[in-house]
Amino acid sequence: METVIATQWIMACYVDDVPENGGSCIKHGDEQIAIFNFARRNEWYATQNLCPHKQQMAISRGMIGSAGESCEPKVACPFHKKTFSLLTGECLGEEELVLKTYPVKIADGKVFVGID
Amino acid sequence: MSKPTVVVVGNGMVGYKFCEKLLARSAQFQIIVFGEEPRHAYDRVHLSEYFNGKTAEDLSLSTLSWYSDNGIALHLDDPIQEINRSEKTIHSLKGITLKYDYLVLATGSSAFVPDIPGIEKEGVFVYRTIEDLELIKAHAVNAKSGAVMGGGLLGLEAAKALIDLGIAETHVIEFAPRLMPRQIDSAGSNMLQMKLSQLGLHIHLNKSTAAIAGDKKIQSLRFNDDSQLAVDMLVISAGIRPRDELAKLAGLHVGTRGGIVVNEKMQTSDDCIYAIGECALYEGMIYGLVAPGYEMADIVAAHLTEGEKSFYGYDMSTKLKLIGVDVASFGDAFITEPDCRTILFEDTHKGIYKRINITNDGKNLLGGILIGDADAYNMLLQTVNNKIVLPPDPKDLILGSRGGETNAGAGVMSLPDDALICSCEAVTKGAICSAVSDGGVTGIDGMKKCTKAGTGCGGCVPLVKDLIAGTMKANGQYVKNVVCEHFDYSRQELFDLVKINGLKNYDLVLDHYGKGDGCEVCKPVVASILSSLWNDVIVKQEVIQDSNDRFLANIQKGGTYSVVPRIPGGEITPDKLIVIGLVAKKYGLYTKITGGQRIDLFGAHLSDLPLIWEELIDAGFESGHAYGKALRTVKSCVGSTWCRFGLHDSVTFAIEVEDRYKGIRAPHKIKGGVSGCVRECAEAQSKDFGIIATEKGWNLYVCGNGGSKPQHAQLLATDIDKETVVKYLDRFLMFYIKTADQLTRTATWLNKLDGGMSYLKNVIVNDSLGLGEQLEEEMQALVNTYHCEWKEAINNPAMRKRFAHFINAPDEKDPHAQFEPMREQVRAKEW
Ligand SMILES: Cc1cc2nc3c(=O)[nH]c(=O)nc-3n(C[C@H](O)[C@H](O)[C@H](O)COP(=O)(O)OP(=O)(O)OC[C@H]3O[C@@H](n4cnc5c(N)ncnc54)[C@H](O)[C@@H]3O)c2cc1C
Ligand code: SF4
Ligand code: SF4
Ligand code: FES
Repeated sequence: METVIATQWIMACYVDDVPENGGSCIKHGDEQIAIFNFARRNEWYATQNLCPHKQQMAISRGMIGSAGESCEPKVACPFHKKTFSLLTGECLGEEELVLKTYPVKIADGKVFVGID
Repeated sequence: MSKPTVVVVGNGMVGYKFCEKLLARSAQFQIIVFGEEPRHAYDRVHLSEYFNGKTAEDLSLSTLSWYSDNGIALHLDDPIQEINRSEKTIHSLKGITLKYDYLVLATGSSAFVPDIPGIEKEGVFVYRTIEDLELIKAHAVNAKSGAVMGGGLLGLEAAKALIDLGIAETHVIEFAPRLMPRQIDSAGSNMLQMKLSQLGLHIHLNKSTAAIAGDKKIQSLRFNDDSQLAVDMLVISAGIRPRDELAKLAGLHVGTRGGIVVNEKMQTSDDCIYAIGECALYEGMIYGLVAPGYEMADIVAAHLTEGEKSFYGYDMSTKLKLIGVDVASFGDAFITEPDCRTILFEDTHKGIYKRINITNDGKNLLGGILIGDADAYNMLLQTVNNKIVLPPDPKDLILGSRGGETNAGAGVMSLPDDALICSCEAVTKGAICSAVSDGGVTGIDGMKKCTKAGTGCGGCVPLVKDLIAGTMKANGQYVKNVVCEHFDYSRQELFDLVKINGLKNYDLVLDHYGKGDGCEVCKPVVASILSSLWNDVIVKQEVIQDSNDRFLANIQKGGTYSVVPRIPGGEITPDKLIVIGLVAKKYGLYTKITGGQRIDLFGAHLSDLPLIWEELIDAGFESGHAYGKALRTVKSCVGSTWCRFGLHDSVTFAIEVEDRYKGIRAPHKIKGGVSGCVRECAEAQSKDFGIIATEKGWNLYVCGNGGSKPQHAQLLATDIDKETVVKYLDRFLMFYIKTADQLTRTATWLNKLDGGMSYLKNVIVNDSLGLGEQLEEEMQALVNTYHCEWKEAINNPAMRKRFAHFINAPDEKDPHAQFEPMREQVRAKEW
């Protein structure tokens, strides 16, 4: 049997709510979601806003960038500069920390985030 | 055929390492581990860091799931109570009985507790496990004075921990006539004692404790000479006692003074039973350090898998960590003439003592002691262990060539390939160099992943770094302090490129001179360069600023921010004080006077920041730039306007200087100070620049630093007038801003500057580079374009909008940011 999990798309904010090459945080029920406008690459990403390192609600205030030859998109938590892949959510340092990631799509100047 | 079973008794540092080593060699064994402690193995060596905020989890050597992931059965909180050697079974406290093919005893040791009347009283502790530390921490809350029994390596570490816990009066009681009797000589001990006294430790030598007095709780110590010392707590660190009780019960050979007797394969008197770590007694000696324990673990793993490896004793050289004074002892530290020649160096002013013992023919180093400055420790230890032939004048080894840095790497590169660099993980120089040449490793993090070097006690890290740099250089790889992976330039090179080409934003700089999409390292560096050059409002390019610069406030625990208005020179009117008080009350902020004579307001929600600043700016305040790599404060003493000793008006001068340089971005923060006379109440000599009044004018000092590596500022010019002070300061600050690496304070910058202070004096005072006028003009341009960033931010609706936690619910605050009450104010809630 196959289980189908339907992704529910919620309207998170407007495109110009999120600074170019930076992030903002949105609230969805009790969830806090960090949304990044990676304008330099014309890409959008979303992750949990809580940094798993010391439980600070701060990922959306972190700086984004890329790592390595493959230009893995990443975000650095402003607290202790742990960096996480925006694609997989995995910590790029030694620690075994992971951020939850969400799919993002853009339509009509609005930003939608996929919640399952 | 089923796998042979290896039972490990003890899940401490060495027991854990044994599992790791055996797994690395073979998957042929079923491993079962019993631990007496409730936690899985943790880093005992760094135990004291538990008091500095590290959690038990941070200290763990692995995750808990590591054991099951590797097929290891782990029984915690369940000590083995009995071994039945004829049946080859073990029995645990909780009633488990198991058959073993091989048994590995890694039971470690416990603190030796002397039999003194009263030792059982409340408030008497040992220092060995996380539980011990928890008890100490809880008791310390109500203790004003404490003592440590034992002035050895561990005792001093425990004493430092008591100071860190806030025990106002901490004593060390040592039975021997000197401190660290096993590692250092009496001249070294004297120097160490002097340094420790400066740190506030009270040292008592030649004291033996006769009794511990008090009702139920400890009240005082009574000594053999009938003197007494009142204390609220006592930590015993009088040596260790190997845990051999289980072995003894099973009839294995144990030493008369404790320890399970082993041969060079770590086998006990029963061939199937091994003992490793601090419980093992090899040739009459217990090895109370991790590195030899790890070596023993490897030998057993090798023996079980038919590898060839034996134990031949181990180097017991040590370096004391944590106490705030460098202490190291290596090789044969105590050998004396005529068996060797000894070279001594002593500087009682700085508290440095160094002793090296060399062979009578002057060719080899035998050992030595370093107090107060142990930078040379790693290299000296290598010189002993590898029998490296000494330079013609061996005293250079401890005096060092002046200006250090220049030929870093040259010394380490001359080591033989089999020189053991990281003793915790047994990594040789050859392995490190080939990781660079063949494995493409270029930094310490990569090296840790690739070879594990530097992941144990961390003592070898400087040496590993030198080896990486040295190998890269030898391979023709160009090493310079590049900003990060995205820019192949140093900060200074990038500064010049941005300037010459007139680049005004980050993306342009990245497109022209970088690659990839940037990161959290290069973005703030470029941001700082851009504002040092063009002084534009930093929030216009918000996303390349460090979080603090992006929101113009310092992010604190829990995600709220702190607010620091500028209070130039520390002078403030009663009216302004009232405004600060009212604002703090209105927004529920915690207030504290900072070290730089101003007031910090903590706990502001992101969305409240513009409102708070609106009120502060209305009352005439400006941003204090506490969030930026910029001028913080110019601290002043009250000076000639009120002080009866004051020669000139230090407050006025401090305000003028602070107003001149406020807002200017630099590679790191900058602090200043102005004192009205030599009594130096403003502590100006611990600042990046310090100005002190003299009979004839002012003395200007530069490049001082407080912080973790304090350094006194050095004299740049004497008896100069105010205008000249400002002129030299302009030149000095601008020269620093243009040439320093990112995140380098002026003190470190000076230490790395070729030619040091005399060079700097030439550039600034004698204008040897002919740059003087240009530097002054550049500084004047920055001064002319000053703006209060907060004023700009609150008056710009687009900028203001960013100060919301939820962009889709701007009026809601972060529910995660919570507070709890503390002394009539609030503090961030612990999570
Ligand atoms: C505060 C402190 C600082 C130190 N600093 C340094 C340093 O800077 N450098 C350095 O090299 N060394 C240092 N050491 C020493 C180092 O920690 C030890 O050498 C190392 O931990 C020894 O490892 P081990 O596995 O032999 O013993 P341990 O780590 O003590 O582990 C033994 C384990 O076995 C358990 N056990 C005992 N009996 C049984 C039983 N019957 N059944 C089941 N489990 C049992 C014990 O509870 C313990 O958990 C320091 C030690 C302390 C306490
Ligand atoms: S430094 Fe001199 S002038 Fe200033 S307060 Fe101290 S004693 Fe007075
Ligand atoms: S204020 Fe400074 S010294 Fe104090 S805890 Fe924070 S970083 Fe450490
Ligand atoms: S809380 Fe995010 S890195 Fe520490």
